[in-house]
Amino acid sequence: MTSELLSDLGLFVLAVLVGFEVISRIPATLHTPMMSGANAIHGVVVVGAVIVAGIADDPFGYVLTFLAAAFAAMNVVGGYVVTDRMLGMFRSRPQARPQARPQARPQRDTATPGTPSGGAR
Amino acid sequence: MTAVEVTVRLVYLAAAVCFVLGLHLMRSPATARRGNLLSAAGMLAAIVATVVLLAAGSGGDEAVRPLTVSPWGWIALWSGLAVGSVAGLVSARRVEMTAMPQLVSLFNAVGGGAAALVAIVDFLRVSGEGVVTAGFSVPVVLDVIIGSVTFSGSLVAAGKLQGWVSGAPIAFRGSRALSIVSAVVAVGGGTWLVVTPSGWLLVAVVVAALAFGVLMVLPIGGADMPVVISLLNAFTGLAVAMAGFVVENQIMIIAGALVGASGTILTKLMADAMNRSVVAIMVGGFGTGDGGGDAGAAVGGTEVRRVEADDVAIQLAYADKVIIVPGYGLAAAQAQRECGELGSVLSERGITVLYAIHPVAGRMPGHMNVLLAEADVPYTQLVEMDDVNPEFATCDVALVVGANDVTNPAARRPGNAISGMPILDVDKARSVVVIKRSLGHGYAGLDNELYGQPQTGMLFADAKKGLAQILAAVKTHVG
Repeated sequence: MTSELLSDLGLFVLAVLVGFEVISRIPATLHTPMMSGANAIHGVVVVGAVIVAGIADDPFGYVLTFLAAAFAAMNVVGGYVVTDRMLGMFRSRPQARPQARPQARPQRDTATPGTPSGGAR
Repeated sequence: MTAVEVTVRLVYLAAAVCFVLGLHLMRSPATARRGNLLSAAGMLAAIVATVVLLAAGSGGDEAVRPLTVSPWGWIALWSGLAVGSVAGLVSARRVEMTAMPQLVSLFNAVGGGAAALVAIVDFLRVSGEGVVTAGFSVPVVLDVIIGSVTFSGSLVAAGKLQGWVSGAPIAFRGSRALSIVSAVVAVGGGTWLVVTPSGWLLVAVVVAALAFGVLMVLPIGGADMPVVISLLNAFTGLAVAMAGFVVENQIMIIAGALVGASGTILTKLMADAMNRSVVAIMVGGFGTGDGGGDAGAAVGGTEVRRVEADDVAIQLAYADKVIIVPGYGLAAAQAQRECGELGSVLSERGITVLYAIHPVAGRMPGHMNVLLAEADVPYTQLVEMDDVNPEFATCDVALVVGANDVTNPAARRPGNAISGMPILDVDKARSVVVIKRSLGHGYAGLDNELYGQPQTGMLFADAKKGLAQILAAVKTHVG
């Protein structure tokens, strides 16, 4: 084993541990966007597609490079855009739609001054 | 190392930090979008740095094989990037939110395919030069097998969700034997490849792995697809990390490992919420996933009570607290807008409205949240299972829209298919209204005892039509 390979192996193991640690704390509400976001991150394979462009030196290699680049670009671009679209929908919008929420959450009424509130009930 | 290489390594390090922080920011809806943008910025930096590295004529294992890109190489790269980017952008912009799981699955497929292709190109060149070490060929084999399985498996999963492939488990005579054979060929061929590298052996491994991916997903029912997609997502992460070992690229190793870990966690969370093991799902479980259509009028011999939209509207309009329980039927009927509008009309009357979100409602964890968020439901009204269950006892009406097994009280008793599965305590509500097309079964194939209970009324309708009728009736009643 070369020392380069050994340090790469170390990186791999540590990244797995960081992944477990960061991701296990995400609330279920965000699981779908998170899965989609993680899906976009493995679009990093586009870096690999760039590297093989420098490796390919015959027509077959160029065809495979084209395919790898197209696949990877679709993954990374589509992945981030669809995740952003999903997350853009998560808004609490207390201003746009005043919630007359009587007993349960009186603090929300104070959060939207100037709107008719159901706080009297 | 040249100055360019040092700079590129530092950019990679910064990109890795962006990925981790980006995922970290996704812990809260308020910062999640920023997290995704941060992660995208890191990705862009890593890609640009790699292109610069290549243009500077270095990179890879420079002592053995310096990289130089021929004009044809650049053409192949740029045209591929352009085609893929446009395809990704257009599909991500156009997709309906209900069809999102299959799009994620499709992106997952192409990601796995790209990872496998990267290893194939590098292997063909290195084996042509006759210097293949185990440190190189082992990651090549792992990458090619995992990447190919993910590619074909994710395509089948996407096809099942889209309805192009039947959602029912598909098994033919000898399909199990064939999938075992393909797995053995892929693993055996891969092992042989490490010992005696050859291009034809690689082709055999790819074909066997592609076949295994198809055979692995075909027998799994449509309702289990979320777990499968999540698992395949983790697989792609691993394949990308292996591709990173093949071309000796650190950012691919780090990012691939991160995703491998996330997909694994998510898969386990989802399987836990269904009280099933991942192994049981992968080996092929019970049920067809599409629900039978045999509409009877009785559940376990008990008559069910039918209600009309008008009755439901009156109940809702004069309640103090309403809990809406959305399920897969809501997503299938694309009824999220009607549901959100009903909720907001009730809220405006001063009624407390909550949405009870079961972890596996819909087709992916959090799927309901995304759909309801699309329909402008404030996320403060979306309450997760453990927090909402105590609320049912004080709620006047629980409105179940297209949810089945996750509300079945039979889960509390031992001895049936869903025993032990955590459920929403809908049966504790004073009054329950269920909108459902028929008395067909959920994917567990069980009668839902909730439907036979005295406080339960059944409104037999498609979720979209049923909600629209109720909404119209509520508006007339309250003027």
